[in-house]
Amino acid sequence: MERFAALLDALVYTISRNRKLALIADYLRETPDPDRGWALAALTGGLDFPAVKSGTVRALMMERIDPVLWTLSRDFVGDTAETASLLWPAPAQAPAPPSVSEAVALLSAMTRKSVAAELAALLDRLDATGRFALLKLATGGMRIGVSSRLAKTAFAQAFAVDVEQVEEYWHGLAPPYPELFAWAAHGAPPPDIDNLPTFRPFMLAHPLEDGTVDLADYAAEWKWDGIRVQLVRAGEQTRIYSRSGDDISATFPELLDALPFPAVLDGELLVRGAHQGGKTGGAASFNALQQRLGRKTVSKAMLAEFPAFVRLYDALIVEGTDLRSLGWAKRRAALEALIPRLPGTRFDLSEVVEARDFDHLAEIRAGARDEAIEGLMLKRRDSPYIAGRKVGLWYKWKRDPLLVDCVLMYAQRGSGKRSSFYSDYTFGCWDGDPDNGAELLPVGKAYSGFTDEELKRLDRLVRQTTVNRFGPVREVERTLVFEVAFDSVHESKRHKSGLAMRFPRIHRIRWDKPVHEADRIEALRALIHQSDRPD
Amino acid sequence: MTVPFSWIRPEPHGIYIAPADAWVDPSRPVSRALVTHGHADHARGGHEATLATPETLAIMELRYQTREGALPVSYGETMRLPGNVQATFIPAGHVLGSAQVLLEHAGERVVITGDYKRRHDPTCPPFEVTGCDVFITEATFGLPLFTHPPIQHEIGKLLDRLAAEPERCVLVGAYALGKAQRVIAELRAAGHNDTIWLHGAMERMCRLYEEHGVPLGDLRLVSDAPSKDALRGHVAICPPSALNDRWSRRLPDPVTAMASGWMMVRQRARQRGVELPLVISDHADWHELTTTIAEVNPSETWITHGREDALLRWCELHQRKAHALALVGYEDEDD
Repeated sequence: MERFAALLDALVYTISRNRKLALIADYLRETPDPDRGWALAALTGGLDFPAVKSGTVRALMMERIDPVLWTLSRDFVGDTAETASLLWPAPAQAPAPPSVSEAVALLSAMTRKSVAAELAALLDRLDATGRFALLKLATGGMRIGVSSRLAKTAFAQAFAVDVEQVEEYWHGLAPPYPELFAWAAHGAPPPDIDNLPTFRPFMLAHPLEDGTVDLADYAAEWKWDGIRVQLVRAGEQTRIYSRSGDDISATFPELLDALPFPAVLDGELLVRGAHQGGKTGGAASFNALQQRLGRKTVSKAMLAEFPAFVRLYDALIVEGTDLRSLGWAKRRAALEALIPRLPGTRFDLSEVVEARDFDHLAEIRAGARDEAIEGLMLKRRDSPYIAGRKVGLWYKWKRDPLLVDCVLMYAQRGSGKRSSFYSDYTFGCWDGDPDNGAELLPVGKAYSGFTDEELKRLDRLVRQTTVNRFGPVREVERTLVFEVAFDSVHESKRHKSGLAMRFPRIHRIRWDKPVHEADRIEALRALIHQSDRPD
Repeated sequence: MTVPFSWIRPEPHGIYIAPADAWVDPSRPVSRALVTHGHADHARGGHEATLATPETLAIMELRYQTREGALPVSYGETMRLPGNVQATFIPAGHVLGSAQVLLEHAGERVVITGDYKRRHDPTCPPFEVTGCDVFITEATFGLPLFTHPPIQHEIGKLLDRLAAEPERCVLVGAYALGKAQRVIAELRAAGHNDTIWLHGAMERMCRLYEEHGVPLGDLRLVSDAPSKDALRGHVAICPPSALNDRWSRRLPDPVTAMASGWMMVRQRARQRGVELPLVISDHADWHELTTTIAEVNPSETWITHGREDALLRWCELHQRKAHALALVGYEDEDD
């Protein structure tokens, strides 16, 4: 436990991603099984002890310290586990810390009845750093700046294996992942996951930038504006995974019995509507889909109003046959052959876009703003399905961004190598005639799209024109216009302007442009597509 | 007989001693000020007369470029103020020159601690417990979670990190008055005799400490370093505000450290981007605050600047008469 506690402490105070990776990798290499497996589970949010919750810890503390003093302390620290670790009365006996696996075994065995005595006895065996680690491990929600993906990347780095392979096995295994360590650390055969509905890492695309491709080698498909999902059926179970590999099955229950045979399919999750792909059998806007996202339980009304379906792009595995090593054209043929076997209410096929040549394709893309929101995908006809982003196989050719001129209003410091620079910018548009007393309302925030040299100049401007400070945020004089690029704009109740942009980034810095020539809110509002407005 | 202690009253801008027409640590210019120590939230310029220890007056002179109206009072010396008030300056152990002020009038004794700590500090004499009727205490770290570790432990952490990453430098954010010199003196006491590099804002105060008999060893300015490489494997010290500022870009991949009592709380350290938190405070921690009240054993405790609520609650739980003063302008976000 001491080593794990030291790791957590070091991670809390480490900003650099590479240093975090190195810290975790060192720990995983140097710690014996099964401790390192439990630690990995803790870092990836894979542990749950039903009897030990934040409330349990609070109750335990209230028996030991005046409730008023506890509440004042908790408010100041802002974290129950940390407050408790600091306020726990130091035991008389010397610490006798348990191993991580012993701690996990003890925590698992705790019941609502026994937790008060047993958790207290465990805390008595640890120092303050150890108590912090134990309570974080027990109650989850680490808040130490380590994502599940980062921990898996560190695992891959520790044993020089491919992180995408780790991802592939991950969902079929349970803590403390003995098969995973046996494979990665000791060269045992990889874990057998064929009969488990596990996530297979996605194949991703590079932006096309300014190049062209030969359509003899590449096929074009619409890039739909929903969420990319993977549908997996194995061992009589179906799961839906998001692009990050999160299991979102519970959010879309209507899809769980729609796939009648074992398979791994790649597609875009959408809800029914007329916005994308035609009035009949089409999909609604991303805004409509957003109503469904992030819910753990779904009401019948939701299911009826926003029914979900998957527009299929690719087939990875069908009835035990792994198609990933085949070229795209062969997989596509296999996918098309599947369509008649799938219920039309829940699945359709993402059509291939036919064009005479690249210029013709560009024309189709230019005219397609209303139909296919995000643009086109270009897939090499002979490319296998390879996890991650491999150059030359898949390209995304997003439609040209929308542009609007905004005024810089607030700036905030960045993180990592930008930590001393004001690199996060909030900008606004005028709510009327700027020469007639109009005000600026914030419409978005961006932290990319400029060079290091431009960043230095922007940083200097922010420092020299600060008029107000709100914690880490600086309000600046209205002097600078940004030409902001974004993919689309939607109504939003979250912002005072009533608008929210998707993927805003700085396109150009208009050092030359007077601020009263920046755009008005109404100009931005006009860029909302009619059918994109919620009914 | 008059109402007990009615001759002394807390006002929003300081503690007012009515019969003497004098103020303790006033936050605006007055005719007669008694100043406990040189930190800017206690020592403002512009008073007609300023009573303080010679060290505090020297610090104020350095900051405000004037000695006008300076009236030095040595530790233990008793001054007669108008209106039959006597004032004695007693060591507070906070920073060089820091004092508690004992006020006596009409048979009543009031001690105002200013800021204080009970730990050993090589740069100033230790806090002296002084019996009194009313004890006016600070409460900067007045929450039971604050337990400042022994400073040797924190200095050890700093030196370990320096040894572990010799290609980097450790940049310690520390108050320019007090904290910086204490950290340097403790580094020297731990046998660290290398050059310590300073931010320009630290230089004059360090020199003042040395003139007052606190040796700090080999100190040089970062701006005088021949190259970035000269700083690798070394300690540099700057004010907390410079830690993430453009100034720090001239250092070789610094480990950002901060010497402050607030570093006890992980998220506080994270918010400031601190990689190496050093829990070093010049204020009393919870244990020091509560044991000092018990040792002084006043009939009333008045609590000011900090987390008054919790200390007030402690007094209530221990059947001690206490109340919180609402003074403005004293807060120590960087200590």
